Amino acid sequence: MQRITRRAFLAFALLTAGIAQAQLSIEITGAGANRIPVAIADLLGDATASRIITSTVRSDLERSGLFKLIDTTGAALDENAQVNHADWKSRGADALAAGSIGRSPDGRMEARFRLYDTQKAVSLGGAAYITSNEQLRAAGHRIADYIYEKLTGEKGIFSTRIAYVVKSRGQFLLQIADADGQGAATALTSTEPIISPAWSPDGSKLAYVSFEKKKPVIYVHSLASGQRSIVANFKGSNSAPAWSPDGRKLAIVLSKDGNSQLYVVNADGSGLQRLTQSGGIDTEPRYAADGGTIFFTSDRGGSPQIYQVGASGGEARRVTFEGSYNVSPRPSPDGKSLAFISRREGRFQLATMDLASRQVQVLTDSNKDESPSFAPNSRMILIATEVGGRGVLSAVSSDGRIKQRLSVAAGDVREPAWGPFYK
Amino acid sequence: MKKLLIPALLSALILGCSSTPIPDENGGAPVESRGASSGVAPVTAGGVDANGLPRELTDPKSKLSQRSIYFDLDKYEVKDEYKDLVASHAKYLVANRGFKMLIQGNTDERGSREYNLSLGQKRAEAVKRSLVLLGAKEEQLESVSLGEEKPKNAGHDESAWSENRRADMLYKAADGRGEF
Repeated sequence: MQRITRRAFLAFALLTAGIAQAQLSIEITGAGANRIPVAIADLLGDATASRIITSTVRSDLERSGLFKLIDTTGAALDENAQVNHADWKSRGADALAAGSIGRSPDGRMEARFRLYDTQKAVSLGGAAYITSNEQLRAAGHRIADYIYEKLTGEKGIFSTRIAYVVKSRGQFLLQIADADGQGAATALTSTEPIISPAWSPDGSKLAYVSFEKKKPVIYVHSLASGQRSIVANFKGSNSAPAWSPDGRKLAIVLSKDGNSQLYVVNADGSGLQRLTQSGGIDTEPRYAADGGTIFFTSDRGGSPQIYQVGASGGEARRVTFEGSYNVSPRPSPDGKSLAFISRREGRFQLATMDLASRQVQVLTDSNKDESPSFAPNSRMILIATEVGGRGVLSAVSSDGRIKQRLSVAAGDVREPAWGPFYK
Repeated sequence: MKKLLIPALLSALILGCSSTPIPDENGGAPVESRGASSGVAPVTAGGVDANGLPRELTDPKSKLSQRSIYFDLDKYEVKDEYKDLVASHAKYLVANRGFKMLIQGNTDERGSREYNLSLGQKRAEAVKRSLVLLGAKEEQLESVSLGEEKPKNAGHDESAWSENRRADMLYKAADGRGEF
């Protein structure tokens, strides 16, 4: 509940920072092979509030591609009701969620629910979230996260947020939205390009590259206050910021000594240290989940390929070998795989590498995939791609089976970055 | 310095308003003053353009008005056909030590934005190195990259892409006025 309140404040702060609403719409193509059949009964109580929360829970679960929704028509039960497990089993549901929307003792709105395993005829637990009329969808995302985690064993990502850049009518908007594309708010508007947004591990800040000074400069931007500070504005280009997992440092790319090279700097811009020494291009650093190594792109071998180096330097090891253009490495948060963009016969496609077996799998059939970004549970990868000559975002499951498309009606969307778990 | 700036600024405004370019082959010879019977000789500080730069840098008839160097796909070598142009700019920078140049590297839209930013940087850096080899000073030069972010041609075919694989040279005069 603490979280929902904080979220409300944040949303308010973003709104007052000046908004240009550009709603993302979502289209799902493909679903998982074995979907868990789950029944989400309408919450009892206030009909409007119930509808918003229940539909949010249902669409979250359905969008994940891992659940099949069972019809709950005629069901009227709350979190304390006696559940007829056999009846729900016969309707085809392996799990059932039931609850209500009411008032907490201090008069605030409260969404309560309980989750049941109809096969074993037992309760799997329940929760109550304090909410408000403005935060009903947030409560729905929390309930969906709870159900997702109980039924899959993995943390849900429905309460996370995404950042991306919209180019519309000559303006560049850095926007933040819920993971389902709803509630978009603009954190920064500029007439010059904005690229490479990167979330701080605590989700409170974004680092990015802005061209507002007629050249690429790295900023860190606190979302709640709108306060911005320059992290790197050296001679030449400053780009590709990547947070260390502890949030204290940024790996960045500077060309102050010639070509693009990797450096590490404290998040406040102090303590600059050079990390790589190559004659060519070194760029796109990303810390591995354990913080011990950094993946990056380099043309030191004659073509752009992905390499790995210790977080405090040392000798770099080549990671990709197939093809002549492998860029934009993104290690998964669970440390098991690496997403990247691979050029195959002139087409740029999302690929993943299993870091244990080094097996590479191409996940899309597109022409212009860019900027992959893992969901914090490593299940989905958000990319920028192009459909009908327009930039859209696409979320692809790590096994390539489930695909969702997010687009903005009035512009190009690019440079997605999936935020961390809500703490 | 301050005093010189004002007439230069005025003339920049005047020239900036005129819609037909004033021919000035020699780029900077002061305009002759005639009819000084009033005892006040009117002088126009000639040869300065709207940005406060000598006209020899912007006059289409001057070689120095050519500021773009084009590159092949995935390449960053300055091709032979641009050697003369680079030499002319180096000569100008040697003769005008107070002048500074910003070299902006650009790429076409294909591939990673960040990799393209580095590729554009490498192109700008290649031009900078050539200028330094020919006598320009490091302190006069800054190479930066705009990557694929500021395409000159917004199209999506080879003719647009070849126009966008480019490094542009921008000048700034000693008084701080100029193109960047």
